[in-house]
Amino acid sequence: MTTELVGLALLMGLVTYPWRALPLLAPGIDRIPAGVLAYLRLVGPAMLAALASVGVAISLDADRHPSFHVGAEWLAVLLCGFVVWRFRNLLVGLVLAAGLLAVLRATGVAPLP
Amino acid sequence: MTEPDVTASRRRLIGDGLGIMVSAGGFGLVYGLAARAAGFSPLEAGAMSVIVFAGAAQFAAVGYVLGGFSWLGIVVLTAFLNARHVLYAAALLPYFAGSSRPVRAVAAHLLTDEAFALAIAHFRRIGRLDMRGYWWAAFGATFVPWNVATIVGVLVGGQIPEPSRFGLDVIFPAAMAGLALGLITGRREVIAALVGVVVAVGVSLAWDPAAGIIAGGLLGPLVGLGVPESASEQA
Repeated sequence: MTTELVGLALLMGLVTYPWRALPLLAPGIDRIPAGVLAYLRLVGPAMLAALASVGVAISLDADRHPSFHVGAEWLAVLLCGFVVWRFRNLLVGLVLAAGLLAVLRATGVAPLP
Repeated sequence: MTEPDVTASRRRLIGDGLGIMVSAGGFGLVYGLAARAAGFSPLEAGAMSVIVFAGAAQFAAVGYVLGGFSWLGIVVLTAFLNARHVLYAAALLPYFAGSSRPVRAVAAHLLTDEAFALAIAHFRRIGRLDMRGYWWAAFGATFVPWNVATIVGVLVGGQIPEPSRFGLDVIFPAAMAGLALGLITGRREVIAALVGVVVAVGVSLAWDPAAGIIAGGLLGPLVGLGVPESASEQA
C-alpha cells in the first residue's frame, strides 16, 4: 500500500486549517480587505469550473499532447449540472451522470475511453 | 429562548443533519471511488478525508494528482480553494466567543460547508452557541459518514476491473461542475466560472492542462471582479 500522498494530505491540511481556525482563535484576523475577500469568493467556482472543463474537454495522447475532445462525457456532465441547478442535489446528479454514460457505452452509442 | 424552543431547534437540526449524513456518505463514497481510480491507496484517500476534510479540495486534488501537478502547485491551489472557510469561521465567531480555545481549535477543523450551513441555522434559531448541536452537525452528520464512506469507496473501487464501463470516469468532471454550480450565487460567480472555463481550455490546448487549470482558476475571478454585483449579491 502506497503512503506517499499522506504527506500531501498533511500539507493540504496545513494550508486549510488556518482559514477555518484563525477567525475563531485570533479574532480580528478575519478583517481581510474586502477586495481580497471578493476575489477569494470567486476562486472556488472558477477553479472548479476550470477543472471540470479540462477534465471533460481535453484529452492527452501517448506523448501527453493535448487535443480538444467532444464526446458523451459532455452529456453526462451537463446532466449532472442540470440536476444540481434544478434540484440542488449533487449526489443524484453524479449517479445519473455515471448511469447515463454507462448506458451509452453499454449500448455502443459511445465508445469506451 | 426557552428550553423547549432549544429542544425543538435541536430536533430540526437532527432531521436536517440526517439528510446531510446521507449526502456526505454518498458523496464520500464517490470520492473514494474517484481517488481509487486515480491510484490513491486506502490509507492515502483516508488521510485526505481525515486531515483535509474538504470535499471540493479533495476532489480537485484527485484531478491535480492525475494531471501530474507538483505538490507545491497542489498545496497553493488548495489554499485558494479553501479560502472561503474564513468567511464561515468569521460568521460563527460571535457564537463561539464564550467557548474555550481548545474547543474552538477542534471545532475549526470540522468546519465544512455542510457543518456551517447546519450550525449557523441552529444558532440563529436559538440565539446562542450550542456545542452539542455543533458536534452533531460537524462530527456526527458530516465527518463520520464522509470518512467511513471514503474508505468503503476506495476499497470497493479497487474491486471494479473496468471503472469506465460503469461511467465512473465521468464522476470527477461532473463533481467539479456540480460543486462549481453550487457555489454560484450571482453573476460575478457566473462570469468567473465561464472565463475560468475558456481560459483553462485555451491554455490547455496551447500549452499544458495543468497550466490551463491554474490560469483559469486564478484569472476567472479577476474578470469576475470587474462585473457589477447584482442586487441580491449586494444585499
